[in-house]
Amino acid sequence: MIESLDPRINRASISVDNNIEPLGTLDQWETYEVFHQKKRGDQHMHVGIVHAANPEMALAFAKEQFGRRGLTANIWVVNTRNVFASTYEDADIFETTTDKIYREAGGYKVMDKINQYKKSQKA
Amino acid sequence: MYGNAYIEPNEASKTHSVLADEDPKLLAEFEARIERGEKIEPKDWMPKEYRKQLIRMIEQHGHSEIIGALPEGTWITRAPGFKRKLALMAKVQDEVGHAQLLYSAAETLGKSREAMINDLITGKSKYSNVFNYPAFTWADACVIAWLIDAGAIINQVANAKGSYGPYCRALDRICTEESFHLKYGHDNVVTLATGTPIQRQMVQEALNRWWPPIMHFFGPSDKISSHTEILMKWKVKMATNDDMRQQFLNMYVPKIWDLGLTVPDTNLKKNETTGKWEYTEPDWDEFKRVINGGGPCNAERLAVRRNAEERGRWVREALKSGQTAYVVPFA
Repeated sequence: MIESLDPRINRASISVDNNIEPLGTLDQWETYEVFHQKKRGDQHMHVGIVHAANPEMALAFAKEQFGRRGLTANIWVVNTRNVFASTYEDADIFETTTDKIYREAGGYKVMDKINQYKKSQKA
Repeated sequence: MYGNAYIEPNEASKTHSVLADEDPKLLAEFEARIERGEKIEPKDWMPKEYRKQLIRMIEQHGHSEIIGALPEGTWITRAPGFKRKLALMAKVQDEVGHAQLLYSAAETLGKSREAMINDLITGKSKYSNVFNYPAFTWADACVIAWLIDAGAIINQVANAKGSYGPYCRALDRICTEESFHLKYGHDNVVTLATGTPIQRQMVQEALNRWWPPIMHFFGPSDKISSHTEILMKWKVKMATNDDMRQQFLNMYVPKIWDLGLTVPDTNLKKNETTGKWEYTEPDWDEFKRVINGGGPCNAERLAVRRNAEERGRWVREALKSGQTAYVVPFA
């Protein structure tokens, strides 16, 4: 038995050569992606993952893990299996959007025309 | 809290041969991305060596958080006063939470949490050497909370600027929580150091016991540990062991002296010309002996961990769902 400085460990009567069977696959369950909302009205933000056996447990662990400090209004947990994501390799699919200046407010410059028009009216 | 990741000194020489079978074009793009200060994300291409070293480092960091909770946890039941008991419980719970964050970050690189725990409890994976020493008195717990956490913060703040996205994000969160640990530890040490002669003696003795492990904390001297070059290029490691040790001495030796406490190293002094601290070279043979299992608490720490896994097993089994396939988490 281990003789420890820790009374809790002495009470647990632990043998020093307590070899155990290795943990099997999914012993630590599956993972849930955690989305955290700081305060009402904010977006939920992805903050990390927890391992849990079911969504209720994932929510409890997410509260412990990601709601420990500061403000929390709300938390979502989503099973990692249910997240369908784009890949960084395909990041070029987003590139065309910057060319589409006609969809941006900055794509419309009218002041030059207005000033020119005003000038021509005065003349 | 955490010590610097330990890497076998003779592993370094292998690095170049490992890189030989990487695609040079992909490797160049990868290195350019790091050079530009971009983060590497889990599904990005990365050299096998980068993945391997990061897994080892993040995993060791995670194990250190779990094992580090043991010497501190020793004092929860006997912390003097209700307020300190609450604070110590919160701190220990933080540390265990940090392990969860770190295991998750390592998991994104492809090593399952089960595999990491198995490697810990069989003694295959390392953890920070300092936690193989016992916390004899309440003052030991105070010195750990102040100075070990101080060392950890120096290391973690540096690594939070590293290249692997999930590790950096975990470290940012961890550093925020650690700032309370440091303040709490300092408060406890100040209370003892400004208290009765017996309290002063108790904290001085604890400091004497913890000084050698603290000096070991940042890892072997750069003079004998040559593996850092490529890890620093890849921003896996952000500062050399000796630089972090210097930074620690610079920040904390004056604070120790302020309290009228002494450091048990008669050679310790700041060289005003170089601006560097001079100290007695730590005993690296002792460091090696302890990290390889020969320390006073190695056997106890792992037996306690195995016991926890074994006694919790039925709960984990009982809660298992019907899911059969494992999915690597995203970030």
